[in-house]
Amino acid sequence: MSPITLAVLAAAVRAGTPVLFATLGEIFAERSGVLNLGVEGMMLVGALAGFVSTARTGNPWFGAVVAAAAGAGLGAVHAVLSVTLRANQVASGLALTIFGTGLSAFLGRGYVGVPGTGFQPTSFPVLGQLPAIGPVLFQQDPLVYLSYLAVPAAWYTLYRTRWGLQVRAVGESPEAADAMGVDVARLRFTCVVLGGTLAGLGGTFLSTAYTSMWIENMTAGRGWIAVALVIFAMWDPLRAAFGAYLFGGVNALQLHLQATGAGVPTYLLLMAPYAFTIVVLVLASQGAARRRLGAPAALSIPYTRTG
Amino acid sequence: MCRGGNAPRENWVAGEDAYLEAQEGKPMGRWARVTGVLAAGIVAFALATGPAPSEEKLKVGFVYVGPVGDAGWTYAHDQGRKYLEAHNPNVQTAAVENVAEGADSERVFTDLARKGYGLIVGTSFGYMDAMVKVASEFPKVAFVHISGFKRAKNLMTAFGRIEQPRYLTGLVAGAMTKTHIIGYVAAHPIPEVVRGINAFTLGVRATDPKATVHVVWSNTWYDPAQEEQAAESLLSIGADVLTQHQDSPAVVQAAAAKGKYAIGYNSDMSKFGPKAFLTAAVWNWGPMYTLIVKQVEGGSFKGDDIWSGMDEGVVDIAPLGPMVPASVRSLVMAKRQAIIAGTFNELAGPIKDQSGTVRVPAGSALSDSAQLSMNWFVQGVVGQVPSK
Repeated sequence: MSPITLAVLAAAVRAGTPVLFATLGEIFAERSGVLNLGVEGMMLVGALAGFVSTARTGNPWFGAVVAAAAGAGLGAVHAVLSVTLRANQVASGLALTIFGTGLSAFLGRGYVGVPGTGFQPTSFPVLGQLPAIGPVLFQQDPLVYLSYLAVPAAWYTLYRTRWGLQVRAVGESPEAADAMGVDVARLRFTCVVLGGTLAGLGGTFLSTAYTSMWIENMTAGRGWIAVALVIFAMWDPLRAAFGAYLFGGVNALQLHLQATGAGVPTYLLLMAPYAFTIVVLVLASQGAARRRLGAPAALSIPYTRTG
Repeated sequence: MCRGGNAPRENWVAGEDAYLEAQEGKPMGRWARVTGVLAAGIVAFALATGPAPSEEKLKVGFVYVGPVGDAGWTYAHDQGRKYLEAHNPNVQTAAVENVAEGADSERVFTDLARKGYGLIVGTSFGYMDAMVKVASEFPKVAFVHISGFKRAKNLMTAFGRIEQPRYLTGLVAGAMTKTHIIGYVAAHPIPEVVRGINAFTLGVRATDPKATVHVVWSNTWYDPAQEEQAAESLLSIGADVLTQHQDSPAVVQAAAAKGKYAIGYNSDMSKFGPKAFLTAAVWNWGPMYTLIVKQVEGGSFKGDDIWSGMDEGVVDIAPLGPMVPASVRSLVMAKRQAIIAGTFNELAGPIKDQSGTVRVPAGSALSDSAQLSMNWFVQGVVGQVPSK
């Protein structure tokens, strides 16, 4: 493959990674039946927390842990509102995005325009030397390698563990799960906090790996793309990885086409994944198709025990 | 960067709240509308409760479309506000951040005028109609609109000839490239951006006639990750000098990470890549604001159009990096002097477009009106203006 093709593919993986973390997190939340539209806010708070703690300690791994914790904290706010207090999940999620955007802008004031440090791309031993696969997949930042582990781990947890079965059961039929002795509120709470943790990691990827700087609102809508990607991926972690790299890849491709001066209209290319998302969204709104696509039946419905 | 500094504290807090509330262009457009009204109310409240200034001082109000923390456009204006305060003890300034264009801005302008502000500056193109309206209601207040084109007796328009320093940075880029490929991460396809690319390319071709400037549109003003990726795509095709039109230093960082050179915009971005940073085209609003305040104080203010260049210090280049050889340094400084003296016009003919057609014949120069509607690239640019 030509060096430019490899560069596009490597860029696709890099651009897809922050969105992938957030998407995996949102899949857990939605699988348990909780819609969280606060992904953008959680990513921003994670991005700031990661940047600041990396700048203070010089250790980006410490920054990643703090970012994950900050995202989890914000996730917990949504969990308290939507699970414990059974508030409207759409309103609570939107409020979380507005809150996270403002909070990170406010606390981050002193860090705008401050050069930071962060993760450096490191060639993975042996695998990094492979032709084609090496430059695309294994000459990346350590957080990208972490995402390679996170995808199969998320899939295994959801489909092959008892806990994952309970998560899916709670998202499909909380009444039945409750009758079987599953603590619905506790499980949903855990999933939403896990979602926040992963969104925080996605955020810190933007501020300490992709670039090493903090600027207000630097996620620039990636949290919303993650929410859309969950639908695109039909609530499946493996398809989420494919979707994230596709979204990243389409953008990387159009930028490279421009750089080489190829006179192709790039708007259509940029639009394609979103068009597909809309198609899935339309299908998912039909009852029968919805089931087949994997939309959790109890998504966005607060659970109250009856009888 | 700016942490409040010498600004009246209340107004910064108001700006913060406004930012929390009035997020523009986000998927929750309806919320933004509702909260935008709220934000305007908070701003009005903050202005009302601010400390009463001594009567003899001229109160100057600045209305910004973004946060001063954007590290670019609004930041540069706020530096100008601080410069004004430092250089003129007889003024008192206040700034309102994150004011959405349209009806919300009209309320903020009206509030400032009612509060006795003698000079009000709006720094975003979209304030134009609101400023025209408020200016007609407060004929004794002086208004300055940055980048607009509608004027009145008490409403002035002002902008800077950033093309001049762009040309100079092009000279540096052409002299420093070894691959003859230069990358330009462009923002949105509007005449202002196109003009910048063209002036830069003319500079590049003056020092390296073989060089081409590859343009990638990010379609953002403000998305570091997207800009970084656009920079990566240019590096992958062999560009060894990059420049940009966006507000963030992401392009400088991307070039630094690959050991290539970068030319910044808006402000000196050298700290984001000391080994990569050649120079930047920078805004310096302070002198212009000081000049306008003098006109207001002296009673000579009228609805002029100011389009100032390097001769008045509104635009300039950042100090050249240590890697720029002395010969290039002296060439750039000589051209800089010639532009300031008015003996050299960077947009003088002959200028050919991408197809080789002469657009500006020898002996004439691109007129101001042609500059303001420029939608074609000069020879040497690789890329397209998408609107065409």
